[in-house]
Amino acid sequence: MEVGQMQSRLADYTKSLFMEGILDAQFLQLQQLQDESNPDFVVEVVSLFFDDSEKLLNDIARALDQQCVDFKKIDAHVHQLKGSSSSVGAQRVKNACVAFRNFCEEQNAEESRRCLQQVKQEYYLVKNKLETLFTLEQQIVAAGGSVPMIELSF
Amino acid sequence: MLKSKNGMKDGLLNSVKAGPPALLELSSKITALVVDDNTLNQTIHHRLLDNLGIQNQVVGNGKEAVDVHCSGKNFDLILMDMDMPVMNGIEATRKLRTMGIRSLIAGVSARSTEKEKQEFIEAGLDDYQEKPLTTTKLASILHKVKKDG
Repeated sequence: MEVGQMQSRLADYTKSLFMEGILDAQFLQLQQLQDESNPDFVVEVVSLFFDDSEKLLNDIARALDQQCVDFKKIDAHVHQLKGSSSSVGAQRVKNACVAFRNFCEEQNAEESRRCLQQVKQEYYLVKNKLETLFTLEQQIVAAGGSVPMIELSF
Repeated sequence: MLKSKNGMKDGLLNSVKAGPPALLELSSKITALVVDDNTLNQTIHHRLLDNLGIQNQVVGNGKEAVDVHCSGKNFDLILMDMDMPVMNGIEATRKLRTMGIRSLIAGVSARSTEKEKQEFIEAGLDDYQEKPLTTTKLASILHKVKKDG
């Protein structure tokens, strides 16, 4: 596949992530912070997000497994995850966290466990999509091309 | 790996250059303190400020923000998160104002109820922005920063 085709494929793929609500405009903000002096900024921030999130998801699962569920602690973790996902533009993860927090407030363990599954599902989806996006970018660069900035009109 | 020119960033820098005094020139002399417990937000806010040539330091909660001032440091701008462990943004803002700190304090919060926002503002904020911070929101905060002398 030649570079032009790869760039088109990347552009279409990225746009689909926005159309499906997996990413929101905040992701574009991150891309705008990347430049020649900081060429890997987006990958670095997203990697931080992956590490942070997986730790938080484990902590939440462990807390929900306790005999006596500490909802305050779980809410604090979900709040962190909501903040992180919002900052990278992982819109569906963020929305799932908002729903989760409501059940934490109600101290509803059963619904909280269901919410955790929902958050996990959305997290692994966005993780998978972003890893694919970065792979497409790497392929373009390896072929000697440059990664164009996405122009989106909402 | 080169990205094509960032239209939004160019637009911002152009508008920033147009304002009196030239904000870009001013921004290179501004110092800032980022107060946020979330490491991801710390990284992003640090980069946002770096991008505008603003020397900045990062701390993880309100108590660390107070401590850094007690150690004698001062900043033109403080970006203060609200929800933080040990000492939250509301308490930290009140404490800093009591200490006589007159820096521009901008609350940056993910909270959205009017009541919470009001409480934060009344603690002594000069500005309030909803998270996540963007270059545009930061520019509107920077326009309020006045350099002494």
